[in-house]
This record gives sequence, C-alpha cells and structure tokens, in this order.
Amino acid sequence: MTEISKTLAETCDRLFSNLINNDVLRETELAVWPDPIWQQIEENGLTFAMVNENHGGSGIKWIDCFQIIYWSGYYSVPVPLVETMVSSWFLSQHNQAPPKGVITFFCDGKPLDLIESNNSYKISGIIERIPWGASADYVLAEAYNSNKQVYVLLDAKKSKIVKDKNISGESRDSMTFDKASPLTVIDISDAFRSNSLLVYAALARSVQMSGGISAILDNCISYSREREQFGQPIAKFQAIQHQLAILAAEAAAAKIASQIACRAADLIDVSSGLEFEVATAKIRAGESAGLAASIGHQVHGAIGFTDEYSLHYITRRLWSWRSEYGSESYWARRIGKEVIAGGADNLWADITARL
Amino acid sequence: MQAFNLDLCDLPPGVDVLREEVRSFLFETLGSYSKPNRARSWSAFDADFSGRLGDRGWLGMTWPEPYGSSRSALERYIVIEELLAFGAPVAAHWIGERQSGPLLLRFGSDKQQEKLLPGIASGKSFFCIGMSEPNSGSDLASINTHAKRDNDGWVVNGQKIWTTYAQKCHYMIALVRTSGSVKDRHDGLSQLIINLRDPGITISPIRNMIGDKEFNEVKFDNVFVSDSMLVGEEGNGWQQVIAELAFERSGPDRFLSAYRLMVELIRMFHKTEDKHAEVAIGRLTAHLVTLRQMSLAVAAVLETGEQPTIEATVIKDLGVAFEQLIPEIAHDLINVAPNILHGSDYEKSLAYIQQACVSFSLRGGTTEILRSVIARGLGLR
Ligand SMILES: Cc1cc2nc3c(=O)[nH]c(=O)nc-3n(C[C@H](O)[C@H](O)[C@H](O)COP(=O)(O)OP(=O)(O)OC[C@H]3O[C@@H](n4cnc5c(N)ncnc54)[C@H](O)[C@@H]3O)c2cc1C
Repeated sequence: MTEISKTLAETCDRLFSNLINNDVLRETELAVWPDPIWQQIEENGLTFAMVNENHGGSGIKWIDCFQIIYWSGYYSVPVPLVETMVSSWFLSQHNQAPPKGVITFFCDGKPLDLIESNNSYKISGIIERIPWGASADYVLAEAYNSNKQVYVLLDAKKSKIVKDKNISGESRDSMTFDKASPLTVIDISDAFRSNSLLVYAALARSVQMSGGISAILDNCISYSREREQFGQPIAKFQAIQHQLAILAAEAAAAKIASQIACRAADLIDVSSGLEFEVATAKIRAGESAGLAASIGHQVHGAIGFTDEYSLHYITRRLWSWRSEYGSESYWARRIGKEVIAGGADNLWADITARL
Repeated sequence: MQAFNLDLCDLPPGVDVLREEVRSFLFETLGSYSKPNRARSWSAFDADFSGRLGDRGWLGMTWPEPYGSSRSALERYIVIEELLAFGAPVAAHWIGERQSGPLLLRFGSDKQQEKLLPGIASGKSFFCIGMSEPNSGSDLASINTHAKRDNDGWVVNGQKIWTTYAQKCHYMIALVRTSGSVKDRHDGLSQLIINLRDPGITISPIRNMIGDKEFNEVKFDNVFVSDSMLVGEEGNGWQQVIAELAFERSGPDRFLSAYRLMVELIRMFHKTEDKHAEVAIGRLTAHLVTLRQMSLAVAAVLETGEQPTIEATVIKDLGVAFEQLIPEIAHDLINVAPNILHGSDYEKSLAYIQQACVSFSLRGGTTEILRSVIARGLGLR
C-alpha cells in the first residue's frame, strides 16, 4: 500500500467512525439531510480528493482514493460523497473546474433532451433514481439529440423533484428539467461508447460494496465471539467458523477485484476501454455482496433482523448497490460477449496483456 | 479491524519478454499437443518435457546460484502460469520444483542441497510427497510410519498412501515419527528424504476412478535411511510441513486446473449469440481475473519473506470453488454428454475435468480443513 493510501485509510476510518452511528443512519433514512456530516466531509477535502490540482483538488489517484470509497461503504456514510467525488473528478478530467457543493449524477437510463437554439443549449426531460437529487446542488447528467451526445452540469435546484428511496433508504429522487440552461456542456460523443460515466459509477459502487462486505465480516467476527449458546460462544461451532471463512474469502475477493478496476482507471485514459476491469469488479463484488448479506444475517440470528440492530444498514445497502449501475448479469454479458468474440485461444493473452 | 490483507501487486517491468519466451517455447515444443491432453495439465507426467524446461533454466528460477538464477518469485509465477494456461504436462517436476526444492533450501543441509537441487533444477530428478497414510488423512499429526535410530541412520517401517507419482519419482520426502508415540501428536515428527530405489520399499499404483494410475501405496519394510537424509532438525517435522504447505496453496495451479475446459467451453460459442453463454462466460472471466490477482498478491508477499499462510489458504478455497464451477456451468450451457474415449475436444475435456475436479478440494488439504485454518486466522478458534 502506498503512503497516501495508508493515510487516507486511517483518516477515513477515524472520521467516519466518529461521524456515523445508528441514530444518524436512522434519521437520514427519514430523509433528514445530515448537514453537519456533509460539512465535515467537505472540510476534510474528501470530495475534491481526485480533482486535478489546477482545479483546486488534490489530484489523488483512484487506487489511493479506493480507501475513501471503501471506508465510506464500510461505515454506510449516508451522504453522496462518492457521487460528488466521481462527478467532480469527471468534470475535472474534462477540463471543467468542478463547483463546490453536492454533485450527484445520472448515467443509467434515457438521457435528457438536448435542445439547440441560437447557439445555446437547453435541457428538458425527466431523470429517475438520482442519488440525493433533492439535496444536491448540481447534477451531472447525460443528454442527447439526434446528432450529439453530451454531459451537462445542471443546477439541481432548478428541477422539479419527486422523492423516492432505494431499499436501504438512501434517497433516489426523480428530477424533471424544463428548458434548463446547462452550467457546463462536455461534448464527448465518443466517450459514450467506452468509458461513460456509467463505468465509473459502477466502479464506485463496487468499491463501496467491498467496504460494506468487510464491515459485515468484522461485525460477524465480534458478534460470534460474544453471543453464547449451548454454553459457549457460537464462534466455537465449526458450522459458524466455516461460514465466516467463506465470508472472509469473499471479502478479500471483492476488495482485490475493485482494486483491479481502480488501478486500471489510473492507467487507462478516459477514451479507451475500462469496462473489462470494471465489469470484473462489479460482478465479483456484487456476488460477494449477496453472499455476505446472507451469511451476515444467518450468523446474527433474530437480532440481525431487527430495526434496532445495525446490520441491516449495511446489508440493505449491499442489495441496493448490487443492482445500481448494472447488475452482475448486465456486466457479465458485456464482457462475456467480448470474450467469446475474441476467441477462446486469445483469452489468456488478453488477460495477461491487460493486467 | 481488517482480518487479513491482500493488496494488489504490480508485475515487475520486463516480464513481458519472459512471457513471450515461454509462449514461443511452448509453441515449438508442444505445438501439436492435443486439446484433451492439455486438460490434464499438471496431472500429466512427461519427464522429457520437464528436462527441456530445466535446460531453459525455468525450474528453480528463484533459487540462489549455483542452483537457480535468483529470479524473483513473480518471474517464476509468469513461467508457471503460462505453462498451466497452455496445459503443458508438468507433473514430473511439479512437486520437486514447487515444494521439495524450496523446503531443502530453507531447512536442508549444504550436502543435501548440493546433492539434490541440481537434479530438480535440471528437470531430471523427481520428488513426491509422503504425508498421508491409510489412517491419517486430514489428521496428519496422527501418522504411524516410524523411523528408529540405527547407528548412523534410521530404519523406517510403515506405509504411505495416495502418494502421487511415487512409481515414477526418484525421491520421497516423508513425514515420519522419529520419537514418542501417536499420542504425542505434533511432537516427535521428522522429515526424511527417501530414495525410492532403496531396498525394502514396495510401490503399488492405485487406479483412480478416471482409470489413471497416478497415486500409489508405498510400503516401507526396514528401509535404511542415513542420517544425512534427515531434513532440518529431528522433531521439527511438523513446523517444516506447515511451511511447505504454504508453497503449495497459493500458486496458479490453485485456480487454473480446469482452465482448459473453460477454453473449450468458450470455443463452443464461437460465432454464436447466446445470452446465457455470454453472461456465464463473463462471470467466469471475472472470477478468473480476480483469483489471478489474489494469487499474484500472495506471490508478492512471499517474495518479501513473509508467510501469508491464511491468505494462501483463502486462495485455494476460492480457487477450487471456481474450478468446480466450470463443469457445472458447462452442463448448464451445453446439452452434450462427456465422452472420454470418442468425444470431441470439448466432450473429452469435460469428461476429464468433470471427474478430476472432485479431487481438487481434497488434495493439499480438504476444503473443510482449509476453512478451519482460515477461521483460526480470523481468531474464531
Ligand atoms: C488426487 C489426490 C492426490 C493426492 N496426492 C497426495 C500425495 O502426493 N501425497 C500425500 O501425502 N497425500 C496425497 N493425497 C492425500 C490428501 O492429502 C488427502 O486425501 C487429504 O488430506 C484428506 O485425507 P483423507 O482422504 O484421508 O480424508 P479424511 O481426512 O478422512 O476426510 C474425509 C472427510 O471428512 C472431513 N473431515 C476430516 N476431518 C475433519 C475435521 N476436523 N473437521 C471437519 N471435517 C473433517 C474432510 O474434510 C473430508 O470431507 C492425495 C489425494 C488425492 C485425492
């Protein structure tokens, strides 16, 4: 691990463990925006960690920022830190200075309408399931018309909001724009084919999942040593030990898989394909997430099924994140198609050439 | 708290050249090696091929001179992953190169190293593992084969079983009891190098369920082993065996054993558009890529001299599950029967891997034993 990674890991572990607890998580599920938490996170420079230095950021690489995203998943951080980080980085990467504030994104559905008139653009349409749309200052969204595909940065406050949630109570709102003027327009028609924002959104969710899976593992280890049945800690039962061994292996796999994609995101420039590595991460972390949630609940017994106990804050997030920005089958099909088309005898050479 | 740590490692620069060398060597020497044969990979014994690898300097590469060429563990990794991905017949030298040699380098005497390492590195002398016995499988510490002091050596009596390729190897490194009794468990065990041509040894191949003769029963009837063939310290056998198993558990052989079936499976969908196949093959690819990076990460840790025992165990557990998933997915996707004698390349590969893969979660420690090792690492035991 690099020194930056170590520092970020320690900082985030400490910061998030101080900021987040069950009460915070419960309140934010009731759609209370936890402003003090957001302020602290912003003050610590996390939202601008990946932004280029000439835009006022720290220019830290994906493989190091892995730590921020991982620990935010580990602690179920209930604000759009990850969305803001990724959007700001994406803007910066395309030579646009990102604004301060909460930036969310839209990249997995029918793009907004791009209306061109008198050399200026207007944006209309509805986008759905936007993370913290109602609390965001800006939204980075895909928009298109018959001859152009662009990303636009919009003032989120200029939209009509209908609130909704995912199953973990994270806000996923719909936003309607009516001839809104974009603050920024990035014309990257080519990038729609390869590394669209979707690829990075999927990468971020994979890393968050790997953090959440590790949190379940740690919870299970401590709970199984405390909880006694038949006169001994349940950790002494071989059946429990083996379930946790499986969970530990899955946690390690999810973590490495998402690191693979982060490393690739640093090496590969935005115009060439990153989807192979991101697909690996999303598939592997998604599978592990499902298993980790099941094992986590099994090992905890009834207490884990209560609202009171904290386990569900992680497991419900894992189930949500797993299907956001492409499920396992979506990504598996994308790379499976390529593997088959590439030819059976070339797979090994392709794998070793990429990584 | 983080249970254990595996972080991504980068391959050293220049390995591409080595990789290309191995590929062209394989193409030249084994260009016409059939696809079903490749599915047997590290179960296929070919002394001649091992000798050629030795000539190229690709056996014992990480060992110090004069035995090896002090190359890095990651360079060796490149060579062996290429051999396995190709499906080259590597069984003859596999055990000696992977674990007996490193064991001797770590614990063996100068004399033993001088006498034995050149043979392993040149691909001419082959080793097998004498651990399991009829009544001691997972519970290895309960072994019965014993060696009694006799002037300047030991007299061995007892029986080993499941010894892979004992009938074709030159030496066995045997775990035997040199003092105390079975009740003493881990104490009083030692490792002896036994020349399998010595008098008093009877080796009988045991046909496995696929019809192959790979593992054996090996009986010792007053076999004399000189003191110079004791590995490391008398009584330290258990610790040495544990160290040896770490070499065994994390390499690419731990997830590439069924790779050739995956290749044949992909080939079956050439020029088709099949949604189910695309999803299933994409998923397998994600597993493969992840396991490879985990295994490389362990190789990088081994290189620093640390012993990532738990991490290595995790890889074997996940790797075996992946290997055993491949024939399952094959059955999901394709409606043909495995056929080992008259089948197509795919049918033959499926036939072999389908049967062989049940042994992957037994040899080198069963899945249950591995999970208990991991659980201990997690602090649950
Ligand atoms: C193809 C092949 C090649 C082999 N080659 C070699 C070789 O070269 N040299 C060598 O020394 N050995 C070799 N072995 C032997 C191998 O190491 C043993 O098979 C293995 O250690 C398991 O022992 P066993 O077969 O006696 O099974 P057992 O130990 O009898 O186990 C049977 C079942 O009980 C389970 N079990 C046992 N103890 C426990 C426990 N404490 N908790 C939970 N479950 C438990 C096991 O997991 C397994 O499922 C080979 C085996 C195979 C299949």
